[in-house]
Order: sequence, then structure tokens, then C-alpha cells
Amino acid sequence: MTDFLWLIIALPLAGAVLLHFLGRFVGEPLSGWLASLASTSAFVFALVAAWPFIQGGEHSTTVLLWEWMPAIGANLELLWDPLAALMVLVVTGVGSLIHFFAIGYMHGDDRFDRFFTSLNLFMASMLTLVLAGNYAMLFLGWELVGLSSYLLIGFWFTRPSAAAAAKKAFVVNRIGDFGFMIALMLVFASFGTLSYAGIFERADEVLGVGMATAIGLLMLVGAAGKSAQVPLYVWLPDAMEGPTPVSALIHAATMVTAGVYLIARSSAIFEIAPIASTTVATVGAITALWAATIALAQRDIKKVLAYSTISQLGYMFLAVGAGAYVAGVFHLMTHAFFKALLFLGAGSVIHAMSDEQDMHKMGGLLKKMPTTAITMGVGTLAIAGIPPLAGFWSKDEILGSVFARGGWFSALWIVGLVTALITAFYMARQWVLVFLGEPRWSQDTSPHEAPRVMTIPLIILAGLSVVGGLLNTPFALRLERFLEPSFEYVTLQNPPEGLAMFAVLAGLSVMASLVGGGFGYVSYNRPKQRWLDFEDGFEPLWGTWEQAYRVDDLYGAAIVAPGKKAAEVAAFGVDLAIIDGAVNGVGSAVRRLGELARSLQTGYVRNYGVLFLGGALVIVIWLVVGR
Amino acid sequence: MLTALILLPVAAAVVMMVVPARRQELHLPLGIALSVLPLALAGYVFWIFEPAPGFQLVELVSWYEPWGINWFLGIDGISLPMVVLTTFLVPIALAASTSIKTKTKEFVVYILLLEAGMIGVFLALDLFLFFVFFEAILIPMYFIIGIWGGERRVYAAVKFFIYTALGSALMLGGIIALAVSYSSQFGSPSFAFGDLASVDLSPGSERWLFASFALAFAIKVPLFPFHTWLPDAHVEAPTAGSVLLAGVLLKLGTYGLLRFNLALFPEASVEAVPIMGTLAVVGIIYGAVVAIVQPDLKKLVAYTSVSHLGFIVLGTFALTSGGLQGAVIQNVNHGLTTGALFLLVGMIYERRHTKKIEDFGGLQKVMPIYAGFFLFMIFASIGLPGLNGFVGEFLILIGSYTTLPALTVVAAGGVILAAIYLLWAYERVFTGVPDKEENKALSDLSAREISLLAPIVALVLVLGLFPGILLDKISPSTEAVLDYIEDQTAYVVPEPGRLADVYLAGEDR
Repeated sequence: MTDFLWLIIALPLAGAVLLHFLGRFVGEPLSGWLASLASTSAFVFALVAAWPFIQGGEHSTTVLLWEWMPAIGANLELLWDPLAALMVLVVTGVGSLIHFFAIGYMHGDDRFDRFFTSLNLFMASMLTLVLAGNYAMLFLGWELVGLSSYLLIGFWFTRPSAAAAAKKAFVVNRIGDFGFMIALMLVFASFGTLSYAGIFERADEVLGVGMATAIGLLMLVGAAGKSAQVPLYVWLPDAMEGPTPVSALIHAATMVTAGVYLIARSSAIFEIAPIASTTVATVGAITALWAATIALAQRDIKKVLAYSTISQLGYMFLAVGAGAYVAGVFHLMTHAFFKALLFLGAGSVIHAMSDEQDMHKMGGLLKKMPTTAITMGVGTLAIAGIPPLAGFWSKDEILGSVFARGGWFSALWIVGLVTALITAFYMARQWVLVFLGEPRWSQDTSPHEAPRVMTIPLIILAGLSVVGGLLNTPFALRLERFLEPSFEYVTLQNPPEGLAMFAVLAGLSVMASLVGGGFGYVSYNRPKQRWLDFEDGFEPLWGTWEQAYRVDDLYGAAIVAPGKKAAEVAAFGVDLAIIDGAVNGVGSAVRRLGELARSLQTGYVRNYGVLFLGGALVIVIWLVVGR
Repeated sequence: MLTALILLPVAAAVVMMVVPARRQELHLPLGIALSVLPLALAGYVFWIFEPAPGFQLVELVSWYEPWGINWFLGIDGISLPMVVLTTFLVPIALAASTSIKTKTKEFVVYILLLEAGMIGVFLALDLFLFFVFFEAILIPMYFIIGIWGGERRVYAAVKFFIYTALGSALMLGGIIALAVSYSSQFGSPSFAFGDLASVDLSPGSERWLFASFALAFAIKVPLFPFHTWLPDAHVEAPTAGSVLLAGVLLKLGTYGLLRFNLALFPEASVEAVPIMGTLAVVGIIYGAVVAIVQPDLKKLVAYTSVSHLGFIVLGTFALTSGGLQGAVIQNVNHGLTTGALFLLVGMIYERRHTKKIEDFGGLQKVMPIYAGFFLFMIFASIGLPGLNGFVGEFLILIGSYTTLPALTVVAAGGVILAAIYLLWAYERVFTGVPDKEENKALSDLSAREISLLAPIVALVLVLGLFPGILLDKISPSTEAVLDYIEDQTAYVVPEPGRLADVYLAGEDR
């Protein structure tokens, strides 16, 4: 079976290549169905290949495809282990549902086939990332998902804001990559290879604490770029310029979790670098709270979800930083379900409202689009952490494990708990603003339920958001047993033992969710003027949140503007005036000689001969006299 | 065989001269057809080339006995990729020259003579012969820029000529000095590469000689601060000139540093590692920063060369397997991607007669195929993994860290800047709604133009995913260079981790 693992990447890649060249002729909707078929068959294939792991007792394998850069131990090779298998299943499973949804969502777009070309390219790239057997190939996937993200954020390229957002996403990610690349230099300098097989086994004997910490922190820089953590998260909200299925697939469910995956995959290195791990957890906790407060005050339905995604990714960082790798990956999975659901639901709403995204102009949509409303409601409860839905189990496992670490982590635990409360609040706010209350949309929009190709994926994702958490409960740690072989070099952090402890901790976080969610529901389930007054009551905080703490302005003033100024000085001050000025100063004298020579027709050769003979003479004289 | 490789373009040029000047419609097609012959022969040489150290297909004919000058040719894993690249780019450069309307015959002749010179430089194993080719190249290039160039063509041509000729004048002095020392030490004159490498030099004179060669090559590369001739030459040169200038001529510098400086002056090379590394990294960052704000698309691409070639020099002087392999393969990669970018700029210039970024906007809407090719080449140039640029850049960065950690970290910053200058340019030229009248009716690429770019695209992908095709032939020669330096000096190539263990473990899997 593993001999054919490459098919998991090749199927969507073939879809992308096929649609790239023939998409124009295939057209709508067939190109969408073809892309979905490619993605779905990758899922089915992955499920078959993963079956031995699910049954237990199967060893992980490495499959060499071909040599790439053997001098640095970087070949194209696949690692098939439980962690990779889980990631592949999430990516292809959720990805396929989003493909189907997009067939309905992108209906009528004149670049329909192009959209699915890029979507399939993304799938192939993301699968390369998670199946890679070494860091160089992981980096290959890492950059290719960046490319797909660039193409899809800027899909509506005639909108200047979309084009700018695409560029911003790529550039900010490159800042992260800078750290990642230095990490890889250190890894290569330490191990002489970039292959997982040559690294993790020997990590504790090769790496000192200092080196491991450096590598860990630099990987965190890369991970923070890709997974939109403080301070590199600023590209993700802008990335909402892309079509909504893209936001669901790339900027919520899959690509942005690559940073979490990177840290989980490198657990053997982080295990010997407690400072790096603690930093990961701290960055995660700060991001979780920071983004949650911004999400509170957003009016754009997608911006709420974007900041929510950043915040939830923060939870995952908190988990893997605390050594609770399984909890982090678990939350990665449940989040993929409910956040894809929420984004697709938002897409359904936007679709129905003729591209309106401002929640102030929504309201009362429950009756118009019940399927979307109910499934989004399920997603809202799941992310808020209401038991027994998926988000409850995964978030609770994270918070419990962090609590169990004690010390500094106790502070992070409180941050996580507060974030849970805020999360429940802003999600309740969103659901109520969109679906309840009096309709605030204009007369000429006529909201309607989405077609079935869009609602069926919503229903499936809602189902997964309900039961997905049962994969790993304190009563049956199925996922933990499944993933354990991938974390053989680390001691996994778990929540405190015992049912009583579980009841107390779970009780606390459920309480936080109920308080936050209830408060949000009550505050917004009333006439518009009332909740506007409510929001005004929080000024100036509310405005600060709404403007996302004006971080973009800060970066613009502190980095972008001075950077551009410096580039101008370098180009027109230094280069043109000083360096080229000096050259021309010398040159003008020589040019006079050249002009003289030009009048002699064949003079160039002579002039030239004089020049090099002169130079030669200088050297010879120096050699003779100088000794 | 190798002599034939040099003489084929010369013969082709002679054939061209026989064609009447007024039969203009024949010149370009015939030139393209003729230039395919050297490509075919180079392909054959590539095919029969054994992946082994040392020079192959060596030819030695005495030329001027009293001074020990020989027609001495040979090819190894360092020169092979350059020869193939040269013969590959010439037909494309010619085929891209349909907008040349005056003196077309002379144009083709100059390009073919240029090709002969470039091939000669890479094959010459006699330093005198090398120098003759090295200088001979300047003459056709001077005329290509000076006759068929843009408005300030004469200024640019003279600047190019004088600047590079000055540098090489010093190198000639160095070559003569070396030959003189050889003849005084061994009693017989010689300019042969291997012979001159065996000359015993005092540390002082080795340093000076190193500097005389390094300066000539640094101007060619160009290394900061000797780079200002390049943007002018590129902006004024016709498309074919720019393609060959960026694709091949600049590589004479990086090739020369690797082939001659390292082998002739190993001791001085090891000493110069920090200096050359610093200049390279300054160039990487400086070229990139300056590129960001260039208002002219062609000038922007020209400055990216300053940045990209810095990587090659860094890899060369890192003196590690990864660094050297990366440097050699990056010579090829840069030739392909930058050559293609110049082709692309030329295509839009032929339509709009401007290269100013601000004159465009929204082109993706009117020319989607053109935009697609441009974006592809941008990502190749940025070093997107899976495409060729990444292989060289990554090998260089990973390989250089072990000898030059701090500089390599700074160099990696160039990776961020590359994304900024290229994607910002793309944003301004291609995205948004086309708002200028002149841009609204532009025609997309023709089949002819697509057929120029397609082979480059194919190679970019093939080399990105299967670099082994080249690396297998390159690595024995680069390893030989490292062995030689270790043998001649106290330098020891740092061995990261324990490679051997990993390879063994790999075989067990």
C-alpha cells in the first residue's frame, strides 16, 4: 500500500495540471466536479492506507520517491505515520467537502475553472507538506501552500485590496520563513542532514540545550508566520479578500495549522528545549486572548471568523508548547470541522445577501435560511465549548493539560479560560446578529437558502462538529493511542488524573462558555439601538478592538514606511549619486579617450590594447621591482 | 569535439555573412536554424559526459611554442552546465529579436560570434586562450548594445566596455606574472591552467594575483560596488543582448572566481573568504533593496541579478559541498529565470514601447497568458521550492552556514526582500483594473512568443524537481575543487554532523 502513497499527492496535482490546460474547455460545473473527484479519491485512498494504523500495531514507513538535493540529505521522500495519516485525512476530508461547497459558491464566476485549478494545487501542496519525510520537502510544501494561498487570496485580482492582501500574506509568511530557514541551517549544521530519520532519533545526543532552544525558537518564527501568531498574524484578516471557500479551507481548516504541525512534528527537538516550548505556549496564549478581543468588535462576518481562527490557533500553540501534543493536534482536527463549517456557513450567508458581509445589515435570517442557521448554530456551540460537542473535548483537554503543568503555565491557563469566555461571547453575538432580530437588510435583497451542493457539506461538517470530540475523551483516549507512535521521543502532557479533577476543570470551562455565550445572547437579542448603546458603553476599548489595536498602522509607520524610505535612499542617493557618480567621474575621462578612438574607426581595438598592455605593465613592474 | 563546439557558431557566422544584406527576411530564421547546431552538439557532449572529476574531451594543439601558448580545451562538471546553457539561450535570444529591423545580418553575426566567445571562455584551459576569449566577447556585446540599443546606448556600451576592459587589463597582468613565475621556476614557458596552479607563490604575491583576478571577475559578476554598469547596460541593450548578458556574461565572473581564483590561489582564496563573503552578502541585500523602488521594470530585473549573483559568490567562497554545488547550479538557474524575465519585459516593451512600471496596471485582465508566464518566472526567481531557483539558493544557504554563519543568516534576509520587490512589481503591473487606454487593447502572447518561453518553463520545472540531472555531473568536479584546496592549504571543509552515518542509515531503510 505504501508504495502508492505518492498517489495521495499526485491525484490532486494531476487535477490541477489537467484543469490548468483543459479547464477552459471543461468549463463549469464539470471542472469543479473533477477537482472534487481528485480530492475525494485522495481521501478514500488515504483512508485505506491509514487503516492499519487505525487497527493499531502498524509501524511507520519512509518511502523514497527520488533524490533531490542529496548533498544536504534532502530527498523527495514520504513519511507515513499516524500523525501524517491524521493530517492527510483531515486535509482531504474537510478539503473535499469544501470543494463540493465551492461548486455552488463559485457558480457564475468567469474564472470558475481557474479557481478549482488553484484549489487542487493547494491540496497537492498541503499534502506534500504533511507527508514530507524531511524538512526540505516539508519546506517545499510549506512554500507551495503559500503560493496557492497567494493565488487564491488574489483570485479576484482586479480588486486592488485583494491583490495587496495576497502580496502581504506572502511577504509576511516570508518573514517567518526567514526564521525557519535559519532553523534548517542549524539543523543541518548539527546533524548533517535534513531527514527526519536522521534527526529525531539522535536529537538528544546531538543537540545541546542551547542549540535545541535556538532551533526551537527559530522554528517558532516560521510557525508564527504560517499559523498567524503574534506578531505575524496581520496577514490573515486581510486574506479574507479571497473567496470564502478559500478562507474555510486554507485560512481556517488546513494551511494555517501547518505551524502547529511543524512543532508537533519536531517534538523531539522541543522536548530538549523547555524555554522554546514555554515560549511557544506563551505566544499561543497571548495570541488567543489578543485575537479574541479583536473578534469581539468586528462587524464583518468573515473578520470575526478570521480573528477567531487566529485565537483558536493560539490554543493549539498553547497545547503543543505545553507538551500536550495530542491535545493540540486534536484541537487542530475539531477546529477544522467547526471552523470550516462556520466559514462555509458565512459563505452561504454572504451568497444569500448578495455579497454583503456587514453583520449590521443582516438579522432575522433564521427563517430565510434555516439549514445554514442551524448548522452554523451547531458550529457556534462547538467552538464555544459546550459539551458534548467537539470543541468542548479538545479545548478542555488543552486547558486541563496546561493546568497540570503548574507554575508559569497556571497563568497561561487563566488566559485560556478567559479566552474561552470571550470566544463564547463573540460567537453568540455573531449568530444572533445574523440570524435573529429584525431584518436589517435593504428591500432589494432577497435572501434564500443555498443549493444542496452547499448545504450538504454544511450538514456533514455539523455532524462532525457534534461527534468529532468523542474520538478523544478522558473516558476513551482513542486519538491519543492512535497518535502515540508519532510522539515516541517525548513524554506527552496530559490533564490531571481522576474524574473529580476532570469535573472541576471541565465545570470551570463550561461555566466560562455559558457565562460568555449567555451574556452575548442576551446583549444582542434586542433592538439594534440597544446593542449599539451597549457597544458604545465600552468605548474607547470597543473602538480599539474594532480597529484591531491599529497594529497595521503601527507596522506601516514603524516598518513599511521607513523601509521604503531606506530603499529610496539606497537606490537614488547611494547607488545613483555616490557609486555611479564616482564611476562616471572616472568614466568621463575615459569616455573622452573613447570618443577620440571612435573617430579612428578601428580605434577600439587599439585603445583596448593600450589599456590592457598598460595594466599588464603595471603588474610586471610591480613584480620585478616590488620583490 | 570541443573545438567544433567553438567553431560551429563561427562557421554559422561566416555562412550568415554570405547571405545578401537585402534578404532581410532570411537573416533571423537562418540564424536561428544555424544556432541550433551548437545546441545539438552541446547536448551530445552533455550526454557523453561522465560524472567524474577532472577534465574530459581534452584537446591540446600548440599555438605559439616560444611562449608555451596552446589551444587547450577541456570540459568538467563546472563548465559543462554553462556551455549547455549558452547554446540553449542563443537560439531563444535570436528568436526573440524579431523587432530588430536594421542591419539584421550583422546582428545575427554578432550574436553568433558572441556565442563562440562564450563557449570558448568556458572550455579554455590555457589562460592566455581564456583571456583572448574573455576579451573577445566584449567586442560583439559592445556593438549589440551600441548599435541596437535604446536611447542612451552609446553611453551604456562605452561604460560596459571600459569598465570590464579595465578590470581584465589587471587580470592580464596577473596572468603574465603567473606565466613568468612559472617559466622561471620550471624553466619552460606555459599558460596551461594546471601548470600555473603549480607555481610556488609567496603569500604576498599570491594575494596580489588573487586580487587582480578577483577584481576582473567581480566587475563581471558584478559584485557590489562594481555593479553600476549593469543596470545601464541592461536598460539600453536589446532583448537578446540582455538575455545573454544576464544569462551568460555575468556568469563569466562567477565561473572565473570558482575555476581560477580557487584553484590558482587556494591559500589566498581561503584568506579571502570573509572579504568575498561580505561583498557577496552586501550585494544580496543591497541589490534587493535598490530593486524595490526601481521605476523601470528592466532596471528592476537588472538589480535582482546583483542580488542573485551575490548568492552564487557566497556559495563559492563558503567552500563546502553544498555551497559549491549550489553555486554551479545557480549559474544555470539564474540564466534561465532572469533570461526569461528579460524576454518577458522585452515582449511588453515591443507592445507598449515603455518599461515604466507606472505606465501599466491591470495587465492580467488583458493578457492573462503573459501574466501567467510572468508570475511563474517571478516565483522561480523568488526561489519557490519545486522550481529551479530554490535548489541553488537552498544548497547555498544550507551549505554556507557551516563556514560563514553570520553572513549566511543575513543573506537569508534576501529571501524576504525578493518576495517584496517582485510581488510588488507584479501587483502594480498586473493587478487591478486596466485603467490606461493604451493598455486596454494589448494583445496576449502569440504562439511564437509562447514557444520561446515554454522550453524555459520546462527546464525550470525539471531542474527544480530533478536537479540530479545536473548535480550528478557537477558534484564530482566541485568535490575535486574542495579536495584540492584541502590538499594545498590548512583549510578543512567543515563536516556538519556525521554525514556518513546518515547515508548508511538511509541504505538500511
